[in-house]
Order: sequence, then C-alpha cells, then structure tokens
Amino acid sequence: MSYLELLKLASPEASVVVTTLAVLAVGLTTERASAFCSAIATFGLAIAIGAVLILPQNATLFGGMLVITPLTSLFKIICLALALFTVFLACNDRSSRNPGEYLAMLLLATIGLMLLVGSEELLMIFIGLELTGLSLYVIAAFDKTDVRSAEAGLKYFLFGSTASAFTLFGISFIYGMSGTTSLAAIGQKLSSVPIQPLLAVGIVMTLIGFAFKIAAAPFHLWAPDAYQGAPVPSAAFIASGSKVASFVVLGKIVLVGFAPVHGSADWHAMVAGWSPVLAALAALSILVGNLVALAQTNVRRLLAYSAVAHSGYTLLGLVAGGRAGFSATLFYTTIYAITLVGAFGVVALVRRQTGGDDFQNFAGLSSRSPLLAGCMSIFILSLAGIPPLAGFFGKFYLFSVTLGAGGNHGLLWLVALALFGSLISLYYYLIVLKVIFVDEAATQTSVVEVDLLSRISVTMLALLVLVLGITPEVLAARILASLP
Amino acid sequence: MIAWTIYITFAGVVLLLFLPRAFSRWLALLTTVAGLAISLIALCQTPIVDLAKFTTIVRIPWVPMLGMNYHLAVDGISLTMVLVTGIVAVSTVLFSWDIEHRQNEFFFWLLLVVAGSYGVFLSADLFLLFVFYELVIVPKYFLIAIFGSTNKEYGAMKLTLYSFFGGTLVFIGILAAYVTAGSLDLNQLAQFQFAPQLQLWAFPVLFLGFAVLAGVWPLHTWAPTGHVAAPTAGSMLLAGIVMKLGAYGGLRVAMNLFPQGFHAWSNWIAVLAVIGILYAAAVALRQSDLKFVIGYSSVSHMGFVLLGLASANALGVSGAVLQMFSHGVIAALLFAVAGRMLYRRTHTRELDALSGMNLSRALPFAAFTFVVASAASMGIPGFSGFAAEITILIGAWKTFPMAVWITGVGMVLVAAFTLRALKKSFFGEVLIQQGRAQVDSDWNEQQEISVAEKWGAGLLMFATLAVGLYPKLLLDRIMPAVEAMRFLK
Repeated sequence: MSYLELLKLASPEASVVVTTLAVLAVGLTTERASAFCSAIATFGLAIAIGAVLILPQNATLFGGMLVITPLTSLFKIICLALALFTVFLACNDRSSRNPGEYLAMLLLATIGLMLLVGSEELLMIFIGLELTGLSLYVIAAFDKTDVRSAEAGLKYFLFGSTASAFTLFGISFIYGMSGTTSLAAIGQKLSSVPIQPLLAVGIVMTLIGFAFKIAAAPFHLWAPDAYQGAPVPSAAFIASGSKVASFVVLGKIVLVGFAPVHGSADWHAMVAGWSPVLAALAALSILVGNLVALAQTNVRRLLAYSAVAHSGYTLLGLVAGGRAGFSATLFYTTIYAITLVGAFGVVALVRRQTGGDDFQNFAGLSSRSPLLAGCMSIFILSLAGIPPLAGFFGKFYLFSVTLGAGGNHGLLWLVALALFGSLISLYYYLIVLKVIFVDEAATQTSVVEVDLLSRISVTMLALLVLVLGITPEVLAARILASLP
Repeated sequence: MIAWTIYITFAGVVLLLFLPRAFSRWLALLTTVAGLAISLIALCQTPIVDLAKFTTIVRIPWVPMLGMNYHLAVDGISLTMVLVTGIVAVSTVLFSWDIEHRQNEFFFWLLLVVAGSYGVFLSADLFLLFVFYELVIVPKYFLIAIFGSTNKEYGAMKLTLYSFFGGTLVFIGILAAYVTAGSLDLNQLAQFQFAPQLQLWAFPVLFLGFAVLAGVWPLHTWAPTGHVAAPTAGSMLLAGIVMKLGAYGGLRVAMNLFPQGFHAWSNWIAVLAVIGILYAAAVALRQSDLKFVIGYSSVSHMGFVLLGLASANALGVSGAVLQMFSHGVIAALLFAVAGRMLYRRTHTRELDALSGMNLSRALPFAAFTFVVASAASMGIPGFSGFAAEITILIGAWKTFPMAVWITGVGMVLVAAFTLRALKKSFFGEVLIQQGRAQVDSDWNEQQEISVAEKWGAGLLMFATLAVGLYPKLLLDRIMPAVEAMRFLK
C-alpha cells in the first residue's frame, strides 16, 4: 500500500481538509471575508463530490478502517450535499461574525461525517464520532452575542461527551469479547458466543452513544435547546448531516457487527438482542417526541421534538432488520434530512427579518412571502407524511417493510404505534400551517425579503422533496442497490 | 379517455398558481366543465359490457421495487362516482363565483379536492388510491380554516383530524393487505385468498377507517361542525364528494378484499347504519341552524348508503352506489341554497330568524330550488333519492327485515325535519307584505339570484330529476359491476 494509493482513495476527505485550511487562512487574513469564504467552501465541497464520483466503487484499506462501497460513496455525497446547503444557509447568517472559523468548523464536522460513513471499524468510527461531535459543539455555541447559543453548545457538549464515554466503554467490552474492532470480524466472533451479561452491557452502552446522536428518547434532552438556541445553520446541520451519518453507522454496527444477536421484537415472541432495545427506544421516542411537540410555540423547538419522533420512525427499519429494513431506514433519514435543512432555511430567513422564530413571527407568512410559505408548507407536509411528498413514501416504505418483517405481522404493535404517533403529529404540523396561512400578520411586519441565493436553495430543496415524492424510485432503488 | 378528468383538473391546479387572479374563476369553471364533459362522454361511449368489471385504462410501472403501478381502471361504480364528482364540481365553482378574498388560493384548494377525488374513484392500485385519498384531506383544512365562517378553525381541525384518524386505520389495513399478498393491484388482491384470521381484524380496521369519512355513527361528529364551519363551496364538496370517498373506499377496498371479514361484521355495520339514520334524523329535528339541519341530514342519508352496503346483495349494494350519486347531488343543492342563496343575502342561518322574513316572496327562485331539493331529500318519487332508497330498502329487506322496519321510522323523521326546515326557512308565518320583503341591512348588496347561481342550481336539479325519472341510466351500469364483486359469491 503506497501513500499515493491511500491519498487517491482518501481524496474526497483530503480535498475537504485542504478546503478547511484554505477557508481558515482566508478568514483570518481578509476583512469582510464572508462571501469569499463561502465561495471557497462551496468549491471545495463540489470538488469532494466530484472526487467521490470518480473513485473506484470498491476498496478496503487497513482491514476496514477506510472502506469504499457504493453505499459509502452514496452517503458521502449526501453528507457533502447537506453540508453544501448548510454553507448556503450560513452565507447570510449574521450570527457568524467570523465566517472563516465558522465554515472551517463546519467543514471539519463534514470530514467527521465522511469518516463515519466510510468506515467499518469501531476505532475509526469512534474517531469520526468525536471529530463530528467536537466541531458541532463549537458551531452550536458560535453566536457569542446570544446566551441561548452558549446554553445550546454547553448542553450539547455535556450530553455528547457523556454519551461518547458510554460508547467508548461499550466498544471496549465488545473488543474484550471478540478481540477485534473490525465489524465483520466481530459479527463472526459473536455468532459462536451466547448472550451473556458482558455482551449485553457492551451492546447497550454502544447503542446509548448512538441514541444520543440521533436524539432518540430518553437521550434527546439536549435536542430542544440545541435546535432552538444554536445559530440556525448549525442547528440545521446537527439535525440533518449528523443524523444521516449516525443512522448509516448505527445500521452497519447492528446489522453487520451485532448480526448474530439480533433478537426479536415481535409481540408474541420477544427474544433478547439489540432489536427489542431499539424497538423500545423507537416506541419511547415516538410517544415522547409527538406528545411534547404538541405544547410548543416555537417553530425550532417544535421541529426538535418532531425530530425525536422521526428518529423513532427511522429506527423501525433497523428493528425490522435485513437489507430491505436498512434501505428503508436510509431512505427515510435522507428524505428527513433534506426536508429539515429546507425547513431550517425558511426559519433562518424569517428569523433574519423578524428577529425570532416563535409562532407569532410566522403569522401571515403566506401574504408576506408566498414563496417561503409555499416551501415551508411542502416541508411541513412532508414531515407530516402527506402524499405526494417524499415523507409519505418514506413512511409507506418504512412501515410496510417493518410490518412485513418476519412474515407474521409480529411488529404490528410498533407500526400501529408509529402510525398513531404520526396522527398526533398532524395536529401540531397543521397548527404551524394555520399560523402561516390563516393567521393575520401583525401590522408592523412587512414583506419578507429573500435574497436570490436563499430563494434558489430553498426552492430547490422544496422541489427535491416534491420530486422525490413523485418518483421515489430514483433514490430508493439506488440505496437498495448499494446495499450488499 | 376518462383518465383525463384527473389530468385536466391537476393541470388547472398548477395553472392557477401561475396565472393572474383575473383568470382564476374562469379557469376553475373551464376545468370543472371539461371534467364533467369528459365523464359524460365516457358515460355515453363506454359499452355497458366493459363496465361490468374493473377495466384497466392506464397501467405504468411507478415504483417497481415495491410493486407500485400507476394503474387506473373504470367500472360502472367508478363511472357513477366520477359523474357525480363532475356535476358537483361544476356547480361548486358556479356557487363560488363571487369569491373575492384570496381568490386564486380558494380555487386552488377547491380544484385539488376535485382532482384527488377523481383519482380515488379511478385508482386500481391500492397505493395510488391512498395517495389520492390523503391528498383530498389537507385542502379541506385550508378551504374551511381560511374561507369558512362560524367557529372555522375548530371545525376545520376537527374535520381534518377525524379524516386523518380514518386515514391511519386505512393505512394499517392497506399495509396488512400489501405485506400479506405482496401486491397492490386491486384486481389481483381481489383474487387473493386472505387467511380468515387476518380478514377478521383487517376488515373492521379498514372499513371503519373509510367509514369515518362516510360519516358513520358514532364517528360522524366531524360532519355537522365541519359543514357549518365550511364556506358554501366547502360544504358542497364535503357532502357531495368527500363523504362518498369513504363509502366508495369501504366498498371497493374493504369489502372486496376481505369478503369473509365483511360477512362476519356486516350485522354490526347494519346496526351502526340504522342508528346513524335514526339518531341523525332525530338530532336534525331539533336544530335551529339551517346548516346543522342539512349537516345531520347528510349523516342520516349516508346511513342509507351503509345499510345498502351491509345488505350484501346486488340490489342493496347497487342502491347504495345510486344513493351516493343521489345524495351527492341533493346535499350539494341543499347546501347551495342554505349557504349561498340565503346566507349571503340574509346573513343568518337561524331558522327562527328566517321564518320572519317571508323569503318565499323575496327569493322565489331560492324557494323553488329548496322545495325541489327537500322533495328529493325526503324521497318523493320522481327524484333520485326515491329510486336509490327504495332499491336499498328492497335489498336490505332480504337480509335485515328488522332494520328496514326501523328505517321506516327514520324516513318519517327525515320527512319531518325536512318539512320543518322548509317551512321555517321559506314559508314562515309572517305579516303579509306586498312586494319584496326587507330582509337585511345588506340586502341591496346582491338582490337578485345571479345567473351563475341559477345555472348551478339548474344543473343539480336536472341531475336529480334525470336519474330519478330514469334510474336505469345508472343502475344498468352499476348492477353488473356490483355483481362482479367477490363478496357476493
């Protein structure tokens, strides 16, 4: 293995690293560097996407530390694209007084996501988690003029670091039992080991770390404050990119590494393993997220609680397991991320004009900016799972796979719970739409002006949600084909 | 051919977003008239033999990995429902002619409901059907919450949440059918032998889910509040089309897929239907708001549809389909008179207030229309209501003679509340005045019944009379299609 070869295979990551350094340097040396830095970051991310596209489809380095498969390539592109949209959001955000630093941290987080997605080895996964986590803690606390931002950063950091400790501890147990950190090797080792307390502790501790990352109840307590307090682009990236990558890795760990201890969450035949654990997390997240969201009057906080519920839905595919279940989970989380970046984009624009993101700031948005109101309604209705938007197909795919798993409708309880959870969610989503379309704007608020870049990016995301709802095959078949 | 009803209406929806508002009402009228014309042509041109089974019109792979197809089909039942959708849609636009407030948006939501309804009636793929079915619900929320009156936000939210509750049950039933049979094609599913155990729980879930939209007792309470809160066009669409979606779904999906489940539960459906007929009629007798009277009468009339479905024989089910058509037209007409012709001129719907206004002299055309609509609603021979209800009762007699006896009492109640509403609203005991009565301070605003209203009412009256005098026109097409369904065998 020559270094040249390594550099070639890691060229997407390398190009983002170079971009990070360039952005940092430019940000430090130039006055009013916002536009310039954004342009460099955009360029760097575009190059990285290009690099992913031209790399070979299959490669394994250092026993799984760095892997390239169709799956990793696809999700690297998705993470890079989400980062790109976040850069567009950050472009006009006033809270970032040092755009160079801000974008550099964002790009570092992106590298972390790429490492997470592109590895099948526990140590590398942990490094990826930490790189992502540390960068995100910083950009969550980046708005130094706002005490809520500091609160968001601190909460996110305290919960996150504790969760990381749990994961590391769990990983050490797993390593102790199997003698390896490679997922495939762990899977082989565990198949000959019966479930014992040590293994159970290892698995549960590892899962806790990820439950924190995807904000599943009861490890979601940081999410509302982080989503509400952090600068909008940071919140958008925490809610989208970080979540997508975490689901990819979580899926790999449980479906490859822990495959022999799958267990079963069927109501008439529960078997110990990780799937009942994930089923319990999912059920709790759906209930807590949806019920608490009913009481919110701040759009970002509402989106945070709905994010908890959506993590619950997304976990259903992993509980079902198998290729179909994993692909349904990945499809749903991708759709969700796209939708949420769009929704946060609208929130950012409304916030810039009206200074807040409570319900009253959105009142009468349909007359103040029909475009934003239309886009926001597409995002919200997709989250609510209304056809023909992408969220509806995602739910249908996810729930049909889950109900079909095992062949005896064993997971009907979970599917029914999820469906009634999304029935509850309709109430608060409709309230948001009511505020936008029915309520009258306060008299002093004027037309919301939207600059061209934001207009294009929000409209593109809304169109994407609509198109992926009408022709979901484009993405769903690609994800399914990329799974081994 | 008939698939173009969907495309044209969706094209209208998209165009409305981009054209200036001056065109919007004409565009909406053009779109709905085109839809009606297409369904009429389809009615004349399609040979009756082809309507005996669910004949595929279009079938394009949509999401092959999950077995979804863009699959439309038509039979006598679908054609009847498409026809009533077309008729009600045109008259709805005519009765909304003077909407000024956020006009584009209004017709956008309105056409979306119509387009989705066409889609439901023509879908032959379970997923596609559900997409259209859910697509109809959200526009209703906005139609009512933005453009409605009395307690509009509450009414809109209640109606929407009830609809989505039904949708959730339907979703569970559809998933169960899909993962068991591995197909979404309605014709294939209708051949599939589902295990009796599955049918026993999946049928009630699926049927009840659809029946929420059809206003089944005791899940009917969204209907009266929703009708009252809705703008006139909203009430007409709700009663005329949307409630039919539920009954149609119950017939096309629940009963056809799970026949054994249906036979096990049909007694209970009949019980709910009879309670609904009696209860809603009794409640309507005590209402003081004219729209509440009509709202409860809708629930009562939909009870006949459910009774017909529960009878499980060709006559009863055909009668139920005919009643869907008939009630769609009649309810739209009643709401048009109450919400548009009366309310816009008198600014009240209170029966006691109306009875002092001598409206039969002030608004002779409205009075005439309301008499016709009431007669049709009561089931006077010659109107479509009679043809439909007598068919249902004959069918139900074979299965549930007891239910027919009780329903007879219900029909007396229907006549009673209809006559009461008619008398109080138009033929109140007032001092005889010469000439036109002074009705309201805003009276001069719109004195005459406008041309658009006359056309709209004329269309609906013509439809109910035509089918009432010659029910064979539709029954000949409905009967063979019903007989081909599996639950009769």
